[in-house]
Amino acid sequence: MSTLALRKSAPAAGTTPGTAQGPPPAFGGGTPMRRRIGLVPTVTLLAGAIYCLLPVAWVVIASTKSGKELFSTFTFWPGTGFADNLKDLNAYRDGIYWTWMGNSALYAVLGALLSTAVSAVSGYALAIYRFKGREALFSILLAGVLMPPVILAVPQYLLLAKVNMTDSYVSVFLPQVLSPYGVYLARIYASAAVPPDVVEAGRMDGAGEWRIFTRIALPMMLPGLVTVFLFQFVAVWNNFLLPYIMLSDDEKFPITLGLQTLLEQGANTPALYTLVITGAFLAVIPLIALFLVIQRFWSLDLLSGAVKS
Amino acid sequence: MTSARQRSYGVKAAPYGFLFPAAVLFALFFALPIGYALWLSLHKVHVLGLGLGAGARKEVWAGLENYTDAFKDSELLHGALRVLGYGAIVVPVMLGLALLFALMLDTEKVRLAPFSRLAIFLPYAVPGVVAATLWGFLYLPSVSPFYFVLDKLGLPQPNLLDGGPLYLALSNIAVWGGTGFNMIVIYTSLQAIPVEVYEAAKLDGATPLQIAWKIKIPMVAPSLVLTFFFSIIATLQVFSEPTILKPLTNSVSTTWSPLMKVYRDAFGAGDIYAAAAEAVLIALVTLVLSFGFLRAANSRTKQEEAR
Repeated sequence: MSTLALRKSAPAAGTTPGTAQGPPPAFGGGTPMRRRIGLVPTVTLLAGAIYCLLPVAWVVIASTKSGKELFSTFTFWPGTGFADNLKDLNAYRDGIYWTWMGNSALYAVLGALLSTAVSAVSGYALAIYRFKGREALFSILLAGVLMPPVILAVPQYLLLAKVNMTDSYVSVFLPQVLSPYGVYLARIYASAAVPPDVVEAGRMDGAGEWRIFTRIALPMMLPGLVTVFLFQFVAVWNNFLLPYIMLSDDEKFPITLGLQTLLEQGANTPALYTLVITGAFLAVIPLIALFLVIQRFWSLDLLSGAVKS
Repeated sequence: MTSARQRSYGVKAAPYGFLFPAAVLFALFFALPIGYALWLSLHKVHVLGLGLGAGARKEVWAGLENYTDAFKDSELLHGALRVLGYGAIVVPVMLGLALLFALMLDTEKVRLAPFSRLAIFLPYAVPGVVAATLWGFLYLPSVSPFYFVLDKLGLPQPNLLDGGPLYLALSNIAVWGGTGFNMIVIYTSLQAIPVEVYEAAKLDGATPLQIAWKIKIPMVAPSLVLTFFFSIIATLQVFSEPTILKPLTNSVSTTWSPLMKVYRDAFGAGDIYAAAAEAVLIALVTLVLSFGFLRAANSRTKQEEAR
């Protein structure tokens, strides 16, 4: 940090911004001096990378330690207990850990799929049609983004309790289907990707509105919808508050809630710590794998498009 | 054969049909709960006699009583102050780092940029609960590598899960999880700046630092506003990190943050009326803060356009 400030502020002192009094800059600068400047950003970014990878590296190593090794050996030295830890995790409450993982996958895949579908039709309608109440509807939907989840989750729980639907898969699943942020992204993407002329041409050919949407608009919106799906998938997988409030039967827990209960019990029985660590390690794998696979498809320009408008 | 009139009717009705699922879901899972929370917040339970038997407990109008109680509640106030302190660390540090990393990624001579970018963005893929669990262990003296090193060096070992350091410990989890995402948002809008702008500045003899300060940062101001806005909302709603760390320390109470207090009152203490009033208050503060912020940001950009 300080080298950055020193190195860059020294020449800055001599030149006044906006005037052409300085020496003409060297083009195609390949001198050793100029190449070395890359050191500051490179080192800064690598420091950031180490900071971000550190806990992940730690959990990978810690999951290989037996309970005894966890408290006695140097934390970045691999242990010998990974197979035993896996076996213990498998044995814990008849493998309830895998039920949690399965539940998370179910909530996230189904929830994100449905949520993307709802976002797609709503975003398309808001982008393509001019109709009464369009802006009002859109603003009301957007206000949903600002609502703190707990403000919604507590009365959602109480209302679902009135119809005996709490502590069910549906209670975790349904409240997450409508995502105001998803609708917002889908609207931006639809207005960028679907030209009105194409929709008009579809009408000229006598296609119905639904047909135009499914056959013409949807394929055009697909790259953007992948992003919406991924956002929703991560949001549902990571959600803690809603299942925490809705569920009491731990057979229906997603992995986030399962790990938290394990950790809570672990505070009294430290032997469970190795289970929590191994469990946390395994819970990170699917999302990191997904993340590494999709990050090349992830259309991040969508995000900046959202910023500009 | 469809007549032109039928078609135009279809076109008029279509958006309402397309928006139907969203409208139903909105009514059921957003509007109704909000309305119910408002209704609850204005009521209380009136207990007749010993409160036994049917009809002994009934809901009566309470007016603003729950709200005045919430204002007088020192636990809620302390929770709000704690979150304020927490946010005062998280927001500037996280966005400062995100901007710094984005600017560094955007320099010409940087090496290993794809690797660093991916590594810094990676925590976004780690669920907040798992992140808090991992850091929780890294804060525990018996298993943490930091304490191991401090011990070997004979240095004092601070308790990261108590007092002032607890704020740093909690903030660090949020910074770790959020920096990469914000970095990507800022970096993407940096990439959208046309190269000619820099060329002109370079011809004028501007240094990289001047280009960053006078051109890049002003041009990504809209995405900074957006990231700031989302960070404030996320900060006000902090819930899972302190809840996860709670089993590891005695210093995180069940009312550490306002949302935890709402949860405690609703499900621990069973006073859903008080909890509803507190929830409504938190929502109001969030709305006022975010709209106030958006207005301030808007008027600033307008002033700058006018200049």
